[in-house]
Amino acid sequence: MATAATTQAGAGAGAKPTTSKKTDTGPKTPWWMWLCVVAIVFYCLFPFYWLINLSLKTGADLSNNALVPPNPSLANYKAIFRNDDFVRALGNSVWVAGWTTVLAITIGSFCAYALARLRFKGKFFILGLVLAITTFPGIAIAAPLFKLWSNIGLFDTLTGLIIPDLTFALPLAIFILVSFFKEIPKDLEEAALVDGATYFQAFRKVVVPLAAPGMATAAILVFIGAWNEFLFAITLTSTPQARTVPAAIAFFTGATTFEVPIGTITAASVVISIPLIAMVLLFQKRIVAGLTAGAVKG
Amino acid sequence: MAETATLQGAPPQQRQRSRGLSEKKLAFTMVSPSMLLIALVAAYPILYGIWLSLHEYSVRVAGLSRWAGLSNYTEALGNSEFWSAMGTTLVFTAVSVTLEFLLGLAMAMAMHAAFRGQGLLRTVILIPWSLLTVVTGFMWRSIFESPQGLVNTLLGTDTVWLGQKPHALIVIIIADVWKTAPFMALLILAGLQTIPGEIYEAAKVDGAKSWQRFTKITMPLLVPAILVALIFRTLDALRIFDLPYVLTKGANGTNTLSLLSQQTFAENRIYGLGSAYAILTFITVMIVAFLYIRTVGGNIRGIAED
Repeated sequence: MATAATTQAGAGAGAKPTTSKKTDTGPKTPWWMWLCVVAIVFYCLFPFYWLINLSLKTGADLSNNALVPPNPSLANYKAIFRNDDFVRALGNSVWVAGWTTVLAITIGSFCAYALARLRFKGKFFILGLVLAITTFPGIAIAAPLFKLWSNIGLFDTLTGLIIPDLTFALPLAIFILVSFFKEIPKDLEEAALVDGATYFQAFRKVVVPLAAPGMATAAILVFIGAWNEFLFAITLTSTPQARTVPAAIAFFTGATTFEVPIGTITAASVVISIPLIAMVLLFQKRIVAGLTAGAVKG
Repeated sequence: MAETATLQGAPPQQRQRSRGLSEKKLAFTMVSPSMLLIALVAAYPILYGIWLSLHEYSVRVAGLSRWAGLSNYTEALGNSEFWSAMGTTLVFTAVSVTLEFLLGLAMAMAMHAAFRGQGLLRTVILIPWSLLTVVTGFMWRSIFESPQGLVNTLLGTDTVWLGQKPHALIVIIIADVWKTAPFMALLILAGLQTIPGEIYEAAKVDGAKSWQRFTKITMPLLVPAILVALIFRTLDALRIFDLPYVLTKGANGTNTLSLLSQQTFAENRIYGLGSAYAILTFITVMIVAFLYIRTVGGNIRGIAED
C-alpha cells in the first residue's frame, strides 16, 4: 500500500500527471522516471567530472574541451604536492577544522543537553539567540576582527581562524545536538535518577553514550562547515603561514596575471574535495539525518 | 519503569537537593560556557564593529582615529556602490533561492517516486553539496571560460561570460543553484517521507486527482519543512561572498554587500566605512530574518518547548 501511495505522489509531481497508472503490479518504474534519475545523476556528477577531466590535462589540451583527456597525465597533481604552500595549507585546514570541531562539540553538547532536557528560565531566549547567530553574516564578524587581530597579534595565525570559525560552529553544533538529545527516550535517564544518580551523572553516563551517533553527525557537519570556510580564511590571513586550503587555492590565480593556472587549480580542487566526498559518502545517512533534524521537526 | 519512576519520585522537589546540583544550577553551569563563548566570539566583535563604524581612521598614520558619528553611514547610504551591491545581493538571493526551491522540489519528488536507484540518487545528490564553495566557483569558471570554455564550444559562441553585465551574475547564480538545489531536495525529501501514505489512499478513494493530491495534501504538509529550508537558504544567500570573490571579484555587476564591505576594509583599509557596510549588511539580514521568523515563529517555539 505504501508503494502504491508513493507512485501516486510521484506521479502527481512528475512531468505527466496523467500517466499515473491504476493499480500497478509491483514496483514498475515508468520510463520518464528513469529519465529523471539519469538527469539528476548527470546534473550532480557532470560538473565534477569536468573538473577531474581538466585536472588530468596539460598544456594545450586544457582548452580543447575533449570529454576525455587525450593525453592523461598526473603532472598537475605532482605539481601541487611539490607546492609547499599547498601542502602547508592542507595541514592548516586539518588543524583549524579539527580544533573548531572538537571545541564546538564539547562545549556545545553541555548547552544542548540543558536546552533539550532541563527546565529553566530563558530557554527560549537562548535557543533563539543560538538560531539567530547561525544567520549572522560572517562579514559583521570579519570586519572588526581584521582590526582587532592586528592589534593583539592574532592576525595571520591559525588561532585567529579557529576563534571566528567557532562563532558559527558552536550554534550549529548546539542546534543539531538539541534535536538529537530530544530523541533519546527519557525513561533511561529517569531510571538513572531514581537509582540515585545526579543530573550530571545521568548526562555523562546515560545520555552521552546514547547520543554518540548524533554527536558524530554534528561533528561531521561542523567539520565540513569549518573546512569550507572562506571569508575569514581570506580576510584574516596574509601569508601561506596561516592560509587554509580554500584561501590558498584562491591565491593560485594571483600568481600569474595573464594565464589562470587552471590545471593546478583543478587538481588542487579535486584533492581537497576527495576527503569531503569520502566522508559524505561514508556517513551519508547520518548527514542527511543531521541536516534534516531541524527542518522536519519544525 | 515509568511507573516506578513516578512512584518513587513522588516528592521530586526534595529529592533534587540530595542530588548534587539542582536542575536550575546544573542548567546554568551547562549553558554558561557556550554563552560566554558566544559573547566572546559573536557579541563582542559585533559591538566592536559598531564602534569602528562610528569612527574615522587615518590611512597614513596607523592607529590614529577620530569620532565620526554617523558620517560613515550617511556616506554609505549616499553611495551608489552600496546601492548597486544591495541590488545585486537582493536579485541574487531572490532568483537563486527561487530556482533552488523549484529545482529542489522537482528533484525531491522524483527521488521520492523512484523505486530503483533511490540509493544511488541519495548518494550523488550529496556530491554538489559536499564540494567546497571555492571549488564550485573554479569549476563553473572553467566551464564558462571564454573564449574556449565548454559552454562556448557547445553553443558555438564566443561570449565573454564573466566579463559583461548580466552574464556574470547569471553564471554566479547557476553555480549557486547547482550547489544548493540538491541540499534543498534533501530537506524537502525528508519532509515528504513524513507524510503517511494512508492520506493519499484516502484521498484517492474520495476521487482526488493526482494534481489535487499534490496541491491539497503534499504541499500543505510540506510547508513547515519548506519554510525552514527557505529561511536558511535566504539568509545564507544574503551573505554571499565566496562565489563572486572567486568568479569575478565583484566586477561586472556582481559586487555583493559582503564583498563590497570586505574590499573596503581589508583591501583598501578604510575601516570606518567598511565596518559601516558590514553593519548595514548585518541589519539587512536581520530585517529579512525578522520578517521570516514572524511568519514561522511557532516552529521555533515548538522546538524550544517539547
